[in-house]
This record gives sequence, C-alpha cells and structure tokens, in this order.
Amino acid sequence: MIPLSHYLVVGALLFAISVVGIFLNRKNLVIILMAIELLLLAANMNFVAFSHYLGDLSGQVFVFFILTVAAAEAAIGLAILIVLFRTRRSINVQDLDRLRG
Amino acid sequence: MSRQILYLAIPLLCLFAAIISGLLGPRIGRVNAHRAAIGGVGLAFILSSIVAIDVYFGNTFNGTVYTWATSGDVRFEVGFLIDPLSAVMMVVVTFVSLMVHIYTIGYMAEDPGYTRFFGYIALFTFAMLMLVMSNNFLQLFFGWEGVGLVSYLLIGFWYERESAIRANLKAFLVNRVGDFGFLLGIGAVLALFGSLDYATVFAAAPSSEGLSLVDPFGNEWHWITVICLLLFVGAMGKSAQVPLHVWLPDSMEGPTPISALIHAATMVTAGIFLIARMSPLFELSRTALSVVLIIGALTALLMALVALVQTDIKRVVAYSTLSQLGYMTVALGASAYSVAIFHLATHAFFKALLFLAAGSVIIAMHHEQDMRRMGGLRKSMPITYLTCVIGSLALAGVPPFAGFFSKDAIIEAVHLSTTPGAGFAYVAVLVGVVLTAFYSFRLVFMTFHGVPRMDEQTRSHLHESPRVVTVPLILLAIPSVIAGALLVEPALTGTLFGSSVVTPEGSVGHGPAGALAMLAHAPFSAPLWLALAGILVAWLFYCARPEWPGWVAKRLRVVVWVLEHKFGFDELYQRVFADGSRALGETLWRWGDRRLIDGLMVNGTAAVVVRASVLFRRVQSGLVYHYAFAMIIGLVGLMSWLLFR
Repeated sequence: MIPLSHYLVVGALLFAISVVGIFLNRKNLVIILMAIELLLLAANMNFVAFSHYLGDLSGQVFVFFILTVAAAEAAIGLAILIVLFRTRRSINVQDLDRLRG
Repeated sequence: MSRQILYLAIPLLCLFAAIISGLLGPRIGRVNAHRAAIGGVGLAFILSSIVAIDVYFGNTFNGTVYTWATSGDVRFEVGFLIDPLSAVMMVVVTFVSLMVHIYTIGYMAEDPGYTRFFGYIALFTFAMLMLVMSNNFLQLFFGWEGVGLVSYLLIGFWYERESAIRANLKAFLVNRVGDFGFLLGIGAVLALFGSLDYATVFAAAPSSEGLSLVDPFGNEWHWITVICLLLFVGAMGKSAQVPLHVWLPDSMEGPTPISALIHAATMVTAGIFLIARMSPLFELSRTALSVVLIIGALTALLMALVALVQTDIKRVVAYSTLSQLGYMTVALGASAYSVAIFHLATHAFFKALLFLAAGSVIIAMHHEQDMRRMGGLRKSMPITYLTCVIGSLALAGVPPFAGFFSKDAIIEAVHLSTTPGAGFAYVAVLVGVVLTAFYSFRLVFMTFHGVPRMDEQTRSHLHESPRVVTVPLILLAIPSVIAGALLVEPALTGTLFGSSVVTPEGSVGHGPAGALAMLAHAPFSAPLWLALAGILVAWLFYCARPEWPGWVAKRLRVVVWVLEHKFGFDELYQRVFADGSRALGETLWRWGDRRLIDGLMVNGTAAVVVRASVLFRRVQSGLVYHYAFAMIIGLVGLMSWLLFR
C-alpha cells in the first residue's frame, strides 16, 4: 500500500514543474499552455489521492469536470495562439509586451 | 391706534412714491412721475407737521408695529419712537425734501434720468424717515444703510462720468469704515444689554457703569466708553468728521439738488442725530465726549480753512457743510445735545438754500461751476442773489438770521463746557466764525459782485431761473431768517426737546434767554464782531481791492499749497489705503493665489501624480511571466500569512 504522502509529493512536484515552466520559460508560448495543463493535472492528482484516502467518490467526479474544462481551455488557448501568431508573426514570450506601461 | 397708522403712513407714502416714480416712471411719463413723488412727499410733510404739533401737546409714542424675527430672547422689530427729537427731524427732513423735489423739476428738466431721480430722492426720504423714527438699533441701522445706498446711487447718478463713479465709490468705501464701527457698536450693545430697544438699553445703561474690558495692551476700558466710541465712528463716517470726511467734497459730483438734500441738509446730519439720540449713553462716558468734542473742533477748524481756497462754487458750500457739521459735533461733545439739534435744524434750511442757490447759478451759467468765471450776476439773477445773501448771512451767524442763534448757543455751550479739550474747541469755534463769514461772503462777492468774467455767449444768455427753482429758494429763505428766533428759547430752555435728549445741568448756558435778549446781547459778545470782521475782509479782498488775494497768496505760498491739497488727507489715503490695499491684493494674488493655490495645490497635485506614475510604470513590463511570478509570490505570501500567523 503506497501512503497518501507519496501521492501528494508527486502532485507538489508536478505543480512546481508547471510553475517553473510558466515563468522561467522565455521562448515559446506553447510551453506555457502545456505548463498550465500540468498545473491542472497536479490538482487532479491531489483530488484522486484524497478521494481514495477518504473513500469519497466526489473528488474523482471533480477530476472529470476539470479534465473537460482543461480540454476546452486547451482548444481555446491554441485558437488564441494561432490568431496571435497571425497578427504578431511570433509566439516568442519575450516579444509579447504590448501591455507595457 | 389711529396715531400708529398716521406714523406708519409717513414713511410708507414716501416708499410708495419712490416705487411709483422710480419703477413705473418710464411707463407713466415724466409729469406723472414727479406728481407721484411730490404728492407722496408733500403728504408726508403735512402729516409730519401734524405729528409735530401733536407731540408739542405731549402725545409721544414708543411702540412696536411689527416683529420681524425673534431669536431666543432677542427680538428684531420695526417700531416707532415719536418724541420731540424725532418730530423735529421728521419736519426738517420732509420739508427740505419737498423743496428739493419741487426744485428738481426745474434743475433736471432736460436730464434723461428724470424719473429715476425722483424715485431715488423719494426712496431717500423713506430711508431717512425710518432712521429718525426708529425706536431700536436694528431699524436705525436699516435706515442708516438705506440712506447710504441712495447716497451712493445719487452721487453716481451721471454714471457715464468717470469722476462720478470714482466719487460714489469713494463715498461708499469711506462710509463702510464708519458703518463697520457702527455695526460693532450695535453688536456691543446687544452683547451687553441683550436688547436693541432704545428704552431698555438706556434704562440698563447707568447700572452697567462698572463693567469694563481690558485691551491687549493692558488698558482698562469701560464698556459704555467702547460702545460710545464705536457708535461715534459710525457717526464720523456718515457726518463726515475728520478723518472720515474725504468723501463729502467729492460727493458734489452728484446733481445739485442731491447735494442740497443728502449731502448738506439731512443725511449727513444722521450722525449728529444718532449721538443726540444716544445722549443717555454718551453722558456716562467722559472719554467719549472728549473724543467727540476734539474731533468736532478739528473738523470745524480745518474744513473752514480748506473752504477759503476752493474755487468751485459747490465745493465751497460743501466744505462749509463739513465745518458746520464740526460745530454740531462740538456741541454734542459739550453735552449740549439740544443745541446741536437746534443748529442741525437751522443749518438744514440755510444750507439747502445755499446749495439750491448755487444750483440756480449753475443752471444760469450752463453748468459752469468755477467761481473765477462768474461775477456780477446780481443784476440778472435778483432772486437767487437775495436768497443766497440771506443764506450766507445765516451761515456766517449774523443776527437776526437763524444761524446766529444756533451758532451763538454752541459757542456759549463750549465756553461753559468742562469736557477735556473744551479750551481748544472754544478757540477753534471762535476762529471758525471768522473763517465762515469770510468764505461764505467770498462766494457771494465772487459770484454776484464785481466784473463779469464769463465768456460773451454765456453772458448774453444770463437770466433768472424758472419759478420751480426760485419758489423753493424763497420758501427756504423764510425759515433761514426766522427759524432761529422762533426756536431759540424752547431749544435752550429744554422745553423743545423735553426728555428726548439729556440736558445736563449747566451745559447749555444761562446767559441771555430768549431771542430778543440774545439780540440785545449780541453787540457785546465776540462772535458777532468776528463774523462782521470776516465779511469785511471778504469785501476788501474780492470787491474793494481785487488785487489783494493774489498778493496774499504769493506771500503765504506754503499755506495756500497746504490748503489747496486739503491737508493731504486725499493723498495720504490714496497712498496708504488705496495703493496699499492694491499692493496687498497684488501680493496676495501673486503668492496666495498663483503660488499657493494654483501652483502648489492644483498644479502641484497633478505634478505629484505625473512623477509617481513615471516611477510606477516601470512595474508594468507587459510580460506575462512577470505577472505570473508576481501572482505566485503573492499567493505564497498570502498562504504563509494564513499558516504562520
């Protein structure tokens, strides 16, 4: 039997990887999208672990919802990315600073 | 009750006359406008005479007719105090006003502002009546400000003239100084006595003698003295006493009927009336009386000196008004209140007469006012000449004309007075007698005698003024001759004013009582000979030896220079107060408005925002990962605060 803490550590690791992916990445916007997906998966990992640990299925129901939302969000995100690339001719994160004050 | 309606009708008739002729004037036409004004004021004069006779038989009145507002224990009311003092004033005011109304028909005949003028003078009569009939300080102040307002409007009646606008602004500002003191005085009365009613205040005044306040320099002042001095500041403004006299000569910019009515006969005597009315208060303060006496003596002497060198016919009369107001003030300071009011009444008649005569000359000369271009007018204007001589004799104090009795009574009262400063005042009024006689006959001789000095065209058109002008002159000449002899005995023995003014024992003099006795005594007293000497010198200078004035002026160049500059009051006020306040305003505008408010506060706020945003915009890099990092840091911070607090 693998104890709960192991799962939580895996979730935390996934979370950390994704956060680092978001703000250490200077190059590609697609990597940010992937990191966001990873973030959601880290959350899912915790949900499943606690659901199993507490014997409550509603945690796993949440995971289904999150996966659905993540899929939709990935579709929208990629669509925005394509439009962005068409207008700016770049998906380099460092170039995208039009909000600069 | 019926009396109350009678009293109420007197001022209200004038108010209605003012409204009809002033507001409806353009619609009802010139003739109807002056009919309305003269009808209203004439009726007011008749009713005032009835009231005066009624008062003479002992029917005085003191009561409220309307309560305007009640605030705590203080009541603001409209009320009338009808006693001998106010009855005399009412008759004088309405009579002179009526004469001036009639005279105006002739004087202003060609003026486009004809109906407006009648509206103003009727309104003035209303305000002046409210002032003299009042039984409380509030209504007194209302009338006081009302006459001030009409005075302002009338000095600037010819509003296209720049000099008129300057003169009315000057009159208004100088009067504001006096009114400020007056208002403080009323405030002090209210604070000390808790009432604005004359009777209440006078009843409570003797018991408050011990109350005093300490000024910042550690001197102790009696409250009564403070109140009296403040009220006297108001009287100084309105009655043009040194050093607040500067507005009166300039007020001659207004039409001549106004100079006669407002700036000689009635309004300027409001200050004298005020102090006579407040005589129960002034009697309690020797300090205040002394100040009144000295200010009055200074005015009487200095203004008579200035009158010697004036060449504008109206200004000579204006300065003589100032000097005579000084005489009245001297009488007040010597506690001879009834004598002051007596002189006020006789002066109102002969000074209005002199002004209207001057106006008649001005009409004939086609609005030329310089006496150096007149001369020899007595042949073409006999009525004006005769009435003017009567007025001048009355002014100079030659028996048996009105001025003799009142002026002699003043000199006698000052001689007897023990108020500090009475010695100086006595000398001042005696010297004033010579000067008065000299300048008033200088006017007569320069205008009516000698060789004509006007140009040919004016001379060929010289003629006596129309009847609307000469009738008021004759009607005013009558009281100028007889009013003194008629009133002198009741005024001096105290029966005329009864208890309406205080008459301390020994203040008026027990010399020859009665008109005949005074006349018999006249050749043995100094004033008559001084007056005759003044007239003789004037005759020598301006009739017999016309080369003398130039010779004397050359010898006494410094004196003439000082007199022509009117002792420098105007220059001083111009430099110190007018230029000073302009400089102060400039400084405040530059530093307060532009630097502090505009610069520091309004533009300063904007500048701070701009500088701060220049600093803070660097945070907005526009890069998503910076924002994400900030969010993470924030989240970590928030969570650690939640966990470890």
